[in-house]
Amino acid sequence: MEIFLQQLVNGLVVGSVYALVALGYTMVYGILGLINFAHGDLVMVGAMTALQTMLFLMGAAPGMSPLTMLTLSLAVAIPVCMMLGYTMERLAYRRLRNAPRLAPLITAIGMSFLLQTIAMILWGRNYHTFPQLVSTAPLQPVAGVFVTPIQVTIVVGSALIMAALIVLVTKTRLGRAMRATAENHRVAALMGVDTNLIIALTFVIGAALAAVAGVMYASNYGIAHYGMGFMPGLKAFTAAVLGGIGNLGGAMLGGIVLGLVESFGAGYIEHMTFGLLNSSYQDIFAFIILGLVLIFRPTGLLGERVSDRA
Amino acid sequence: MNELASAVPWLGRRNPQAARWLIVIVAIAAPLVAVLFGRTWVRVLDFALLYVMLALGLNLVVGFAGLLDLGYIAFYAVGAYTAAFLASPHFGVHLPFWIVLPVAAGFAALAGIMLGFPVLRLRGDYLAIVTLGFGEIVRIFLNNLNYPVNITNGPQGINALDPLVLFGWDLSRNLEITENLSINSLFLYYYFFLACVAGSIVFIQRLQVSRVGRAWAAMRDDELAAKAIGINTRNLKLLAFSLGATFGGVAGGLFGAFQGFVSPESFSLMESIAVLTMVVFGGMGNVAGAIVGALILSALPEILRHLAVPLQQTLFGTVLLDPEVLRMLLLSLAMILMMLLKPAGLIPAHARYSHVEHLKRHGVSR
Repeated sequence: MEIFLQQLVNGLVVGSVYALVALGYTMVYGILGLINFAHGDLVMVGAMTALQTMLFLMGAAPGMSPLTMLTLSLAVAIPVCMMLGYTMERLAYRRLRNAPRLAPLITAIGMSFLLQTIAMILWGRNYHTFPQLVSTAPLQPVAGVFVTPIQVTIVVGSALIMAALIVLVTKTRLGRAMRATAENHRVAALMGVDTNLIIALTFVIGAALAAVAGVMYASNYGIAHYGMGFMPGLKAFTAAVLGGIGNLGGAMLGGIVLGLVESFGAGYIEHMTFGLLNSSYQDIFAFIILGLVLIFRPTGLLGERVSDRA
Repeated sequence: MNELASAVPWLGRRNPQAARWLIVIVAIAAPLVAVLFGRTWVRVLDFALLYVMLALGLNLVVGFAGLLDLGYIAFYAVGAYTAAFLASPHFGVHLPFWIVLPVAAGFAALAGIMLGFPVLRLRGDYLAIVTLGFGEIVRIFLNNLNYPVNITNGPQGINALDPLVLFGWDLSRNLEITENLSINSLFLYYYFFLACVAGSIVFIQRLQVSRVGRAWAAMRDDELAAKAIGINTRNLKLLAFSLGATFGGVAGGLFGAFQGFVSPESFSLMESIAVLTMVVFGGMGNVAGAIVGALILSALPEILRHLAVPLQQTLFGTVLLDPEVLRMLLLSLAMILMMLLKPAGLIPAHARYSHVEHLKRHGVSR
């Protein structure tokens, strides 16, 4: 029972991060029908920029309280990622909007590797220790189950951000414009929506979420390096597909479900396969789920879109 | 064979015959020139030919059939590991190369079909990401199948693969002609790989204009229309995956025997992307493009490695960008810039090989 509860907690934490990243994928896919491969690497850029800021602040103002430091580093990481998201859209994806379907996808893959390479040049290949500013001293709400304050912060923080995003998309003028653009670019443009601006904003909002997710992810594991964004990116995409791509609620649900499946899978795979496989196979769950969903239920858990639209 | 000539700019269009001979001469003379700069360059050429083979195979899947496969390197891995299982001290099995290579190709083809079946219904970007997942799953298994039973020897990989032996002739030994004249083993491998590549080119070019090739083109251009005129898209997709995989498997088998060592590290996602970049850079759906792309993008990082490192040392005193970083930078920029500036690639696919043009030539449509 303790193992079950412990994996439940771990799954929820990882799942919330996946959900945040998945929102970025799903918003861009919903509007452009493009898998923005580089989105996962924005997670990395967010984490690395925050790390750089923290290291700077630790040198410049040694006595700063952890909370201020975290806020300041987020205040740097988020705009950096937003700028990067905007630049990518403006320089590459916008020009390819009417290109054959493989062109934007290949560009996005190139973009992802370009970001990783630049990060490798700037920060080297090594794993960096990420300062864990929120306490990691475990609490035991139930005997044998460990929950750290950082984990609580991650789950609560991402829930708040997601709630804010839903309000933004369903209740505001901007959100209505976004939904209209996703529905049909041309008609939205005819109705007076500046679709170019809306698409750019979608990238920017997604990038901001990725930056937050990056800081959360790195704080949870205490490490950061140039390739840290790719796997969570792929898994977040899986989460978006699982929930139904283009559907915000679906991305959140998909993220949580994927996080849970992965953590329970890692916890129980050794029992289930009688010791044949162990937890180093954790990463295959996401891909297996992705394959199964696309084959048997391409619309995802909540979605209406069809996988064939590419 | 007309298309191959287009690899030679200027001459190719005016005098394809001369262009083809030029290609043959350059291909044969290349290692003789390369060796003047040092033996490593012959090795670079050997690897370049393996990449050409991979690019040709991937081009079959991506360029001809229009199925974007991001896990292609998995088939290369299947080929290489099959060679490692069947001809190395790891299991103590030492089968001759003439058995190893077909088995490697066969296993890779089987893996291609195994990947093909579940993804038949997927297209475009979804297909890309599922194939990527397939490639990663294969790599994860290679990395971890050393426990509880040691099959792949985990991250350490398998050592001491048997070298290529053709009719009792060991390619890994220098060929002694006279007392002081001998042909280096790297040359022997080069010409053997060249023969394999030449065979592949002939096969693929015949395939491209065959019934199957034209059906692939139709499917790539419009799947629904292709179905409507009675093309069995399911079988054709499976055929594309398995044939493409076969080339990957053969290249993998050759790679294993040549390198004498296989490890999961050689089959990372980056390699899949590298091969894809070669195809995209050269021109999708075009044999000459795949070859030129593979040659340029596999040789250029090596040239950079030899030029950039000393250059940086003299300029800045230290090495700021190591060769691996330069390679990634080059590949990713090649991918992005090519898509933005010249999406059809260096050598755009010949319109004559599009099915519409083909039918026109035969007077079927106007």
